[in-house]
Amino acid sequence: MLDNIKEFASEFFVTGDPLIYGADVSIVLATLAIVFVLTYFKKWGWLWRNWLTTVDHKKIGIMYILAAIVMLFRGGVDAVMMRTQLAFPDLNFLEPEHYNQIFTTHGVVMIFFMAMPLMFGLFNIVVPLQIGARDVAFPFLNSLSFWLFFVGAMLFNLSFVIGGSPDAGWLAYPPLSGTQFNPGVGQNFYIWGIQISGIGSLASGINFIVTILKMRAPGMTMMKMPMFTWSVFASSTTIIFAFPILAITMLLLFMDRFFGAHFFTLDGGGNPMMYINLIWMWGHPEVYIVVLPAFGVFSETVATFARKRLFGYASMVFAMVIISIISFFTWAHHFFTMGSGANVNAFFAVTTMIIAIPTGVKIFNWLFTMYKGRISFPTPMMWTIAFIPAFVVGGMTGVMLSVAPADFQFHNSYFLIAHFHQVLIGGVVFGYFAGLYYWWPKMFGFKLNEYLGKWAFWFWNIGFYVCFMPQYLVGLDGMTRRISVFSDPDWTGLNVVSTIGAYIMGIAFLFQVAQIGYSIFRHEKDTTGDIWDARTLEWSTPSPAPEYNFAVIPQVHSRDEWWEEKERRARGEQPAQYGPIEPIHMPKNSAIPAIMGACWFIAGFGLVFHWLFFAIPGLIGVFICMFARSFSAHKAEYYIPAEEVERTEATLRGSV
Amino acid sequence: MAQSPAHGADHHDHHAAGHHDPQDLKLLGFWIFLVTDVLMFSTLFATFIVLRGGTDGGPTGAELLEINGIIISTFLLLTSSFTSGLAVLAMHQNKVQQMIIWLIVTGLLGAGFIGLELNEFLHLIHEGATLQTSAFWSSFFTLVGTHGVHVTVGLFWMIAIIIQIVRRGLNSDTKGKITVFSLYWHFLDAVWIFLLSIVYLMEVM
Repeated sequence: MLDNIKEFASEFFVTGDPLIYGADVSIVLATLAIVFVLTYFKKWGWLWRNWLTTVDHKKIGIMYILAAIVMLFRGGVDAVMMRTQLAFPDLNFLEPEHYNQIFTTHGVVMIFFMAMPLMFGLFNIVVPLQIGARDVAFPFLNSLSFWLFFVGAMLFNLSFVIGGSPDAGWLAYPPLSGTQFNPGVGQNFYIWGIQISGIGSLASGINFIVTILKMRAPGMTMMKMPMFTWSVFASSTTIIFAFPILAITMLLLFMDRFFGAHFFTLDGGGNPMMYINLIWMWGHPEVYIVVLPAFGVFSETVATFARKRLFGYASMVFAMVIISIISFFTWAHHFFTMGSGANVNAFFAVTTMIIAIPTGVKIFNWLFTMYKGRISFPTPMMWTIAFIPAFVVGGMTGVMLSVAPADFQFHNSYFLIAHFHQVLIGGVVFGYFAGLYYWWPKMFGFKLNEYLGKWAFWFWNIGFYVCFMPQYLVGLDGMTRRISVFSDPDWTGLNVVSTIGAYIMGIAFLFQVAQIGYSIFRHEKDTTGDIWDARTLEWSTPSPAPEYNFAVIPQVHSRDEWWEEKERRARGEQPAQYGPIEPIHMPKNSAIPAIMGACWFIAGFGLVFHWLFFAIPGLIGVFICMFARSFSAHKAEYYIPAEEVERTEATLRGSV
Repeated sequence: MAQSPAHGADHHDHHAAGHHDPQDLKLLGFWIFLVTDVLMFSTLFATFIVLRGGTDGGPTGAELLEINGIIISTFLLLTSSFTSGLAVLAMHQNKVQQMIIWLIVTGLLGAGFIGLELNEFLHLIHEGATLQTSAFWSSFFTLVGTHGVHVTVGLFWMIAIIIQIVRRGLNSDTKGKITVFSLYWHFLDAVWIFLLSIVYLMEVM
């Protein structure tokens, strides 16, 4: 009996690596610390009522961002470990198997569980406020999306200590990810972590499209929408076309692994190339899904801090729509070397080059917005300006990669690694940081410390170039990706420099953590609600915005409505009156999304380990939650009385 | 409040500015969900078409698929789409009982369809064609099975809606549910037409 348990535990838990034992200990300690703090300060009820069951888009956004920052830490630790292993030739810091797991989880965590939730966090916080709405179209579904993301992320991260991490690369190409070469449970964690959170992403895409199409304040036509909202619309549209492909691709890989089907196997008539096509039909649009909102952030910050209207509004919109369409026609450039023939490669080379054009248009628009502006340089603007050279260089190397014959040289080399990190960090991460710094006062009512923020900024930027510029060179020199050791002494210098850069970025992250920690305790409260003297409607509400966002829904006349309103007031006109305060109709909190998330977790865990006694009850729980919601949805709303709204407004705005 | 958007008349007595008709939002949301579902089926169809030659020397579709049973199930599903339409017509005339009867008829036809599909699958398995047999059969069972799962989920969903209507009667909320459900049901019908032509007819003919 005891032997059985021992044997089970040695398979079930990941054993044998001191790094993982260290992680086990820190996970247990951190969990105990959280439980202790919550119990000691009697905060369980508060956590449940105010956060875990909330349907308020602003709180859901904060939870997304918090989770994303934790995931950034995890993915960042992976990155630093990889760079440590590759600093010098023939190092033995990580075993090859462990190295494979780490580059896999680094990629998955950074894209699915860092970039996506940070993006949805910004969507949630900004979009309803920017369009003058009280919430998203489906607040319950919004909460469910968050919980599906969260559960997917937890399930995936669990693989690290239970069962073993996936190790077939961030996109898990078969046959390597099939049972033949990967009999363990790691790839199952991959499938279900991504599948569950992917359903949440899909639901969020639908939610934001409906929100933007149907819930804009009166007078806000599509062409008067703030540019960030347009970017969310473009990104969400791309989500609803791309994520179904991912869901089916994961389903098919699951069928292969669980039921022994033959979609992507080498035997039985299967075709692994089919998987590579499908996953990139999702994967390429995915990079535009995450970068379009970053473009939206830059469009907001650049106009605010240059004190000018955004240059070329219509061309910005056109560029984003074109990008989201063409993004579906470039996928094969990820595998020019697959042997599809010259004509196929030529088509995808040309589409890839074409997609650079609208991006270039946007770059010029941002530059022209700054031209002759009265530019100030707080941290959001610094990230915006740092983005431009980073993205231009990243974009240019992307066009180099798109040249199909040349790609045979670059393919799977460190040149490619440097390229996509340059666009994903220089574009997406810089953009989301700019957005986070810009909207932080709206979320919490105070600005993050600028001094520490500038240290973080310079460390990030210097570390970024020091890390990735050498990788272009070592890539051209022939170093391929996903190797756990290199022996060529000629590559040593460049690799050492690159590793130093990674550590500098690690320090930059620590500066940001310190910045957040310091600012929570030492800050000046923002009483204006408009700390940057900005242009769009979210800044017309107090910071943080009350739960109903707008006491009275504003009437929109122009693109920069809040800026125009401030101009009108400066000219001595009366502040706009939109009508009397009326009772406000709000959705009630609900525990169902969190419970349904837990059921998905149980189901996913069972499917990972082929434990049907877990999987079936979990799935039944999911359906029970759906029925419970269907039967109770009509009771899940209430009104805030007008008097209460008036009281809240009076407190938040002083005497006004 | 001249600018406040138009609202459905019967949901809430009180409509302040910025309150959107929830049925309006749900209907649009559901249409977009159907777009995503179309893409899921498209992916499965694409996979089926790419892998249709991958029989690996095992049984082919032409050998095992029987078109007679399929014609009956097509008839059942198409009829159920028609009867779900009749239910919606009855709903618009506020004839609750008639509507419920048509929904039950729809459900029985759908259940019949599922029964025939299960029967077909069992027959195929008996003949030696399973998920594990070859890429062709993997993609056949997954594609047809996904449609079947959709129909099954639809049946349970419909039962839940009928219970709610019996309890709460027809109002804008329950009417919205029926509208959305019938959209879903027609959509499954449309998918079946493609299944019938691409999977069955093209294999057998």
